[in-house]
Amino acid sequence: MSILVYIEQDQGKIKSSSLEAVSYAAGLAQLQGVKVNVIGLGSIASDGWDQVGLAGANAIFHLEDKRLDQGVIQAHADAIAQVFDKVGASILVLAKSSLGDAVAARLAIKLDAGLVSNVVGLPDLSNGFVVRRSIFTGKAFAETAISADKKILAVKKNIYPIKTDGEVIKVESLDLTISDENFVAKITGAEKAEGEILLPEADVVVSGGRGLKGPENWGMIEELADSLHAAKGCSKPVSDLGWRPHHEHVGQTGVKVAPTLYIAIAISGAIQHLAGVNASKYIVVINNDPDAPFFKAADYGIVGDAFDVVPKLTQAIKALK
Amino acid sequence: MKILVCITHVPDTTSKIQFTDNNTKLDKNGVQFIIGPYDDYALARAVELKAENNGSITVLNVGEAETEPTLRKALAIGADEAVRINAFPKDAHFVAKQIAAFSKDNGYDLILMGRESIDFNGGMVHGMVGELLGMPSISPVMKLEIEGGKGKLSREIEGGKEFIEVDLPFVAGCQEPIAEWKIPNMRGIMSARTKPLTVKDPVEDSAPTAVKSYELPPAKGAVKLVDNVDQLVDLLKNDAKIL
Ligand SMILES: Cc1cc2nc3c(=O)[nH]c(=O)nc-3n(C[C@H](O)[C@H](O)[C@H](O)COP(=O)(O)OP(=O)(O)OC[C@H]3O[C@@H](n4cnc5c(N)ncnc54)[C@H](O)[C@@H]3O)c2cc1C
Ligand SMILES: Nc1ncnc2c1ncn2[C@@H]1O[C@H](COP(=O)(O)O)[C@@H](O)[C@H]1O
Repeated sequence: MSILVYIEQDQGKIKSSSLEAVSYAAGLAQLQGVKVNVIGLGSIASDGWDQVGLAGANAIFHLEDKRLDQGVIQAHADAIAQVFDKVGASILVLAKSSLGDAVAARLAIKLDAGLVSNVVGLPDLSNGFVVRRSIFTGKAFAETAISADKKILAVKKNIYPIKTDGEVIKVESLDLTISDENFVAKITGAEKAEGEILLPEADVVVSGGRGLKGPENWGMIEELADSLHAAKGCSKPVSDLGWRPHHEHVGQTGVKVAPTLYIAIAISGAIQHLAGVNASKYIVVINNDPDAPFFKAADYGIVGDAFDVVPKLTQAIKALK
Repeated sequence: MKILVCITHVPDTTSKIQFTDNNTKLDKNGVQFIIGPYDDYALARAVELKAENNGSITVLNVGEAETEPTLRKALAIGADEAVRINAFPKDAHFVAKQIAAFSKDNGYDLILMGRESIDFNGGMVHGMVGELLGMPSISPVMKLEIEGGKGKLSREIEGGKEFIEVDLPFVAGCQEPIAEWKIPNMRGIMSARTKPLTVKDPVEDSAPTAVKSYELPPAKGAVKLVDNVDQLVDLLKNDAKIL
């Protein structure tokens, strides 16, 4: 018996959510007295592996098939299924993401495993295997029992700290054959903001709403975000109007974020927007309407004009550093 | 072109979620149920694709009798027939097996779903159905065109999107901006009354996961309002300890 962790890379760099998944698996492995195997697919920068060991891996495997640099869903699922059997795993752990979800679903069938997504804590093993997951877009939790022998857990961002007290270990190269039929869906290209902090991965998010009146006013949002090494987000009307790209849209029908700090600027705080941010640790709201519903969900707030407050805030933060 | 659209019957996005029976059941009191917003995008795109390519749209729900008004609404929006698999949707595995068993011999060119349901938010049923039927599954899909037997899609990835080409048939989990939600018009509502809604028995299957109990998150404390940015920075630094 062992645990397998499927890690993802972004531009060759192992994602921090994947490191969280490794540490989560290490926590679980301790409860069960088993080992943590990690598998990475495609080109991964060699200097990234040390962190995987430190995060709690006992063995690291690398399948360096270039065709897997892209997230071809079926091919990733096929590779992981093979490794799962090879290492004799009984639990697969991965970070919830747009690729992770898609791959985990196919694996649940391939492996005949019980899959639980949006996991927010280590399982309770006192009576079977019961794990807590977030449901109703963060409005509730469900204690969920898995009765299948094989299990898959897709772990939510920011629910488990990355460990750094593990050991640096050697990476073993794997050689597996992924048959061509797994590549029938062809990725023909991509558009991606290079070098930006990924919104679902971010520790700080600065988000702007329709109250900012137009895309020309995003300069001050960008400056504030830069001063905090934050990712940028927006409300749905802002992306619907084309002021900002769709992948920045946060909420019920957009990206769900779970940063340590979420700063909402000129966003009213409609329930559908809150659904995407309620997993944030701290929420700061800047709005000129004292009755804006967002204040009810906030930890800290300033009632004021964004055009006045935001530049001052950026200055104060820069002054701190 | 034969399109299958799988829809959920879920609490409206503004619903206050509460539980009953010792926190083992959703309290449906005062809750309004809707077609899942992502499923609504899938259905809207199906209606457009049917207008371009002819064919038919079947909407499917795995659920008990209470979901029929939601299926009728999908008929009013433009589906041709509705099917309800008469079973409590125990979990994603169970639902996926029902959908796969139903669609196996029906020759759908396209199986459209939402990117995720808004009750359990798994985002898994489409991938499971794809694997069960041996078809590609792609999610979350932001754009979907059909040209010469091929699907041309864009899929959202963190920080952007990627473009995908894939032969029919395949399964897609949809999200905006794939199409604009469609509001049923009077004619649609009238014709929905006479369109077929068939009830089918589920195939035998167990569920590998089960909810033991539900819980609400703790209530949020009151907001600390400050007058200026220096006080805010001070709170972030000394109270939250995040700067
Ligand atoms: C099914 C469904 C799903 C949805 N999904 C989402 C979703 O995923 N994400 C999402 O965001 N929305 C979603 N919505 C839309 C949501 O209901 C709201 O309409 C939307 O969030 C409002 O965006 P906003 O707050 O930016 O704009 P507005 O509601 O227009 O609010 C603007 C705010 O800016 C403030 N303001 C104006 N000027 C200033 C100034 N100078 N300084 C400071 N503050 C100022 C105003 O007081 C106001 O509070 C969804 C709706 C539905 C029905
Ligand atoms: N009970 C159900 N009946 C029909 N389709 C469903 C059902 N549950 C989920 N689906 C479909 O699968 C998608 C993903 O659901 P989920 O995996 O629960 O997030 C939904 O958006 C629907 O299209």
